[in-house]
Amino acid sequence: MALSQKRIDELCDIARGIREDIVDITAWAGGAHIGGALSVTDILVLLYWEVARVDPENPQNPDRDRVILSKGHAGVGYAPVLARKGYFDFGLLKDFNKFMSPFGMHLDSLKVKGVDVSTGSLGHGLPMAVGLALGARLRKKTWTTWCILGDGELNEGSIWEAAMAAAHYKLSNIVTFVDRNRLMIDGPTEEVMALEPLADKWKAYGFNVLSANGHDFAELHAAVEAARKHTTGPSVILADTVKGKGVGFMENEVKWHYGGLSSDLVEKAKESIRAEKAN
Amino acid sequence: MSEGLTWTVYDADSMTAAEIYGEVLCQLAEEDERIVGLSADLAKSTKIGRFGDKYPERFFNAGIAEQNMFGMAAGLAKAGLVPFVSTMAVFTALRAAEQVRTDICYQNLNVKIIATHGGASFGQAGSTHHCTEDLAVMRSFANMTVIVPADGVETAAAVRACLKKDGPVYIRIGRGFEPTYYKNEDYGFEIGRAVTISEGTDITLICCGVCVLAAAEAARILAEDDGLSVRVLNMHTIKPLDEEAVLKAVIETRRIVTFEEHNVLGGLGSAVAEVIAKSGKGCAFEAVGIPDCFCHVGYPEDLYTHYGLDTDGILAKVREVMGKDFEEDEDWEDEI
Ligand SMILES: Cc1ncc(C[n+]2csc(CCOP(=O)(O)OP(=O)(O)O)c2C)c(N)n1
Repeated sequence: MALSQKRIDELCDIARGIREDIVDITAWAGGAHIGGALSVTDILVLLYWEVARVDPENPQNPDRDRVILSKGHAGVGYAPVLARKGYFDFGLLKDFNKFMSPFGMHLDSLKVKGVDVSTGSLGHGLPMAVGLALGARLRKKTWTTWCILGDGELNEGSIWEAAMAAAHYKLSNIVTFVDRNRLMIDGPTEEVMALEPLADKWKAYGFNVLSANGHDFAELHAAVEAARKHTTGPSVILADTVKGKGVGFMENEVKWHYGGLSSDLVEKAKESIRAEKAN
Repeated sequence: MSEGLTWTVYDADSMTAAEIYGEVLCQLAEEDERIVGLSADLAKSTKIGRFGDKYPERFFNAGIAEQNMFGMAAGLAKAGLVPFVSTMAVFTALRAAEQVRTDICYQNLNVKIIATHGGASFGQAGSTHHCTEDLAVMRSFANMTVIVPADGVETAAAVRACLKKDGPVYIRIGRGFEPTYYKNEDYGFEIGRAVTISEGTDITLICCGVCVLAAAEAARILAEDDGLSVRVLNMHTIKPLDEEAVLKAVIETRRIVTFEEHNVLGGLGSAVAEVIAKSGKGCAFEAVGIPDCFCHVGYPEDLYTHYGLDTDGILAKVREVMGKDFEEDEDWEDEI
């Protein structure tokens, strides 16, 4: 069923809150991968508040869906999602990056409740998703494995090795998102290492390819519904996103891949996030 | 001795080690057309981008694809070029380990690897970005030379020296914010030859990387406060190791402690221990580093303190070792 406008508005409010959290944590941490955290926020909010079967009360619930943030550098965007869902106290994030904190830039599944898989080295998420999906099938479990990839991350050969395996084993219990913000560290994806025609590549590898505006909950949700109806193999949702989304001065700016924020910039960033609502 | 016009072109006080590397590479490239550069979406972070900006046609960004990048480097070397390759240490020594071993070392190719963010220098990023295994891995690859410069100045010297040495070389640096020990390159850097930072007869501290500066400072304090004569060796080349310097330390000081930003297994400590064991001579020995665990999260300075790799940690370790009375052991004197 399509999302109601009321629900969409609620999700937008939650996402705005998470974006403000990201700004705060980046400032507390002294620096973080803020650009790619802001671009993936809406995907994470849709997963955690709408479509994924998660159980914050019982993070190890054996029947839960598994979520893999393969672009693990967006940990600064994932941690507040988990905190706001109730996996742990948000205040703990004041220690992000600090000595002996459970929260480094890339979240550790042994230290942070709710994190199913430790990531941070790019190109590892989809292979582990294939393993989880095969495991679910073997153990007759109905969980879905959600895997979120960066677009620059798609340069890694291991992603395509895993794509081949996911299609080979007809793993319809995997749904992959590509956070297609078109930027990596050294520049635009198409200048550093061209990915296009990207949809054709995934198709050729045997995926059901869907696309959506990655900041539009109705479109994202519709794509997820379509992925769920596809029962003969894996699906990928190419989500068109904006790196730095929500913070005007960061949007589409490659230099905001990673950065720190002074208190002035924190205020400016938050104003920008709040202003989006007014529009 | 450093040669040519080189060592005044950068300002070691205001540039990070990685920046100095980028600068030196540009100079070398001016004189040597065989030099090409590669990175994997970390041209900016590793500073090889400086070379890329100056020589765009000689620079290749492989995208985030380290295995492919090291394979490409091997191909370029086969074509008669001298590739300088830079990405983070963990993605070099671990992700692309087989390409480095089989494509580059096995074929003894002239590829120069400058790996950044070594050890715990990107401590906040967590274990996925720490690299406390690279020296063990790289040291075990036949044909490979392994260097851990003490600071940016020594990085410059090592980068120049590696170009003159045929075959694969792995130079491991930090994130680039480490304080410098050396003022200039005029101290006689030579691959495979330890630099004596201070002479001493009571104990020898064998160090590499950031531990050199900390040990130099500790030695000074130990001389003043404890009246100890502490030898400090900057063992910048892990392979081939300066065995002579180690043997001399065994015989002349009878106590050796190694300090490195690496797992205590497999790196400098292990390399030194192998020499001591082979010598058959009695020597008190300890290896300080990351004690075979995944390192905590945190800023590097906090981690160095925690793992005993800063000046205070070194002071404490030396006092502990000096306090042990193994000299009373019956056969201690007979061993030599
Ligand atoms: C294997 C590996 N190589 C390099 C890096 C360093 N790195 C961190 S983020 C990043 C760029 C990622 O780009 P993309 O996947 O497009 O993410 P986004 O732009 O959404 O942040 C790189 C190269 C890494 N984390 N892992």
